[in-house]
Amino acid sequence: MKSLADLHALRDKLKADIKLRKETGTKIIVGMGTCGIAAGAREVMKAILDELNKRRLLEVQVQQTGCIGMCEKEVLVDVVRPGEARITYGKVKPEDVPKIIAEHVVNGRIVEELVVGKIDE
Amino acid sequence: MRELSLHILDIAQNSVAAGAKHIAIEVNENEAGFFVFRVSDDGCGMDAQMLRQVRDPFVTSRKTRKVGLGIPFMDMVTQQCGGRLDIASAPGKGTELAAYFAADNIDRPPLGDLADSIAVLLAGAPQIELYFKYSCAGGSFIFTTQEVRDILGDACDFANSEIYAWLSQYLGQQLAKLQGRL
Repeated sequence: MKSLADLHALRDKLKADIKLRKETGTKIIVGMGTCGIAAGAREVMKAILDELNKRRLLEVQVQQTGCIGMCEKEVLVDVVRPGEARITYGKVKPEDVPKIIAEHVVNGRIVEELVVGKIDE
Repeated sequence: MRELSLHILDIAQNSVAAGAKHIAIEVNENEAGFFVFRVSDDGCGMDAQMLRQVRDPFVTSRKTRKVGLGIPFMDMVTQQCGGRLDIASAPGKGTELAAYFAADNIDRPPLGDLADSIAVLLAGAPQIELYFKYSCAGGSFIFTTQEVRDILGDACDFANSEIYAWLSQYLGQQLAKLQGRL
């Protein structure tokens, strides 16, 4: 059973992590408007956080955004790596998340078959 | 949406978009014959005209994105389930929404994974001060972000994947215990 007491142990670990963490500026942004949520954004967000935790990718920031108008392509996930084009992935499912993180977030290789948009830096 | 916990996440996102600092989410499985959830915030609120129009899917103001189809959906589902949707709001004061469903109505969508909705809400909006209360026949459980901040201090970031992992498990177990699933 998890309890609030676990947080005391977690605190020291988190403080050590903050010192180690480099701000790389890599971001993952999930569309969490009504359309995103109805299409499964909660499960995708959960899969992203689980994968980042599993791979100890502490420097990657996770953010959310509202509806951006491509509701039919939800769940939308943007990956931003510093100095590179902002890539929007569409119809993302939780099972796509490990691939996006391993290929794109970590290794900088865009997962072409899921891309629906690209904004140059 | 298949789960009420997704509606709760969606409604709470409106509070986030309204610039709320404090959000309270209360879910009660049986309050005088009704399954009830309430979401209240200290966000920008709505004026009387917006409040009148907020249930109409074709009168949503996309610029501010204060609402979308979320409220009309919620309004429809509560009415289909022998309940109602109450919304009170004032500009600069905040908004309080309460959704009622007849507790024994078989059309009521399942609650679903409320723990995930709360943990994901905070991961996306880690600055929020949340008060969360869940009540059912098995008892009540209260969680506040303040109790986590008190322990973690400046190491507290609800968008941190490790804190998220702890929170979703902690909430999931507490709710499962009350629901007699653990």
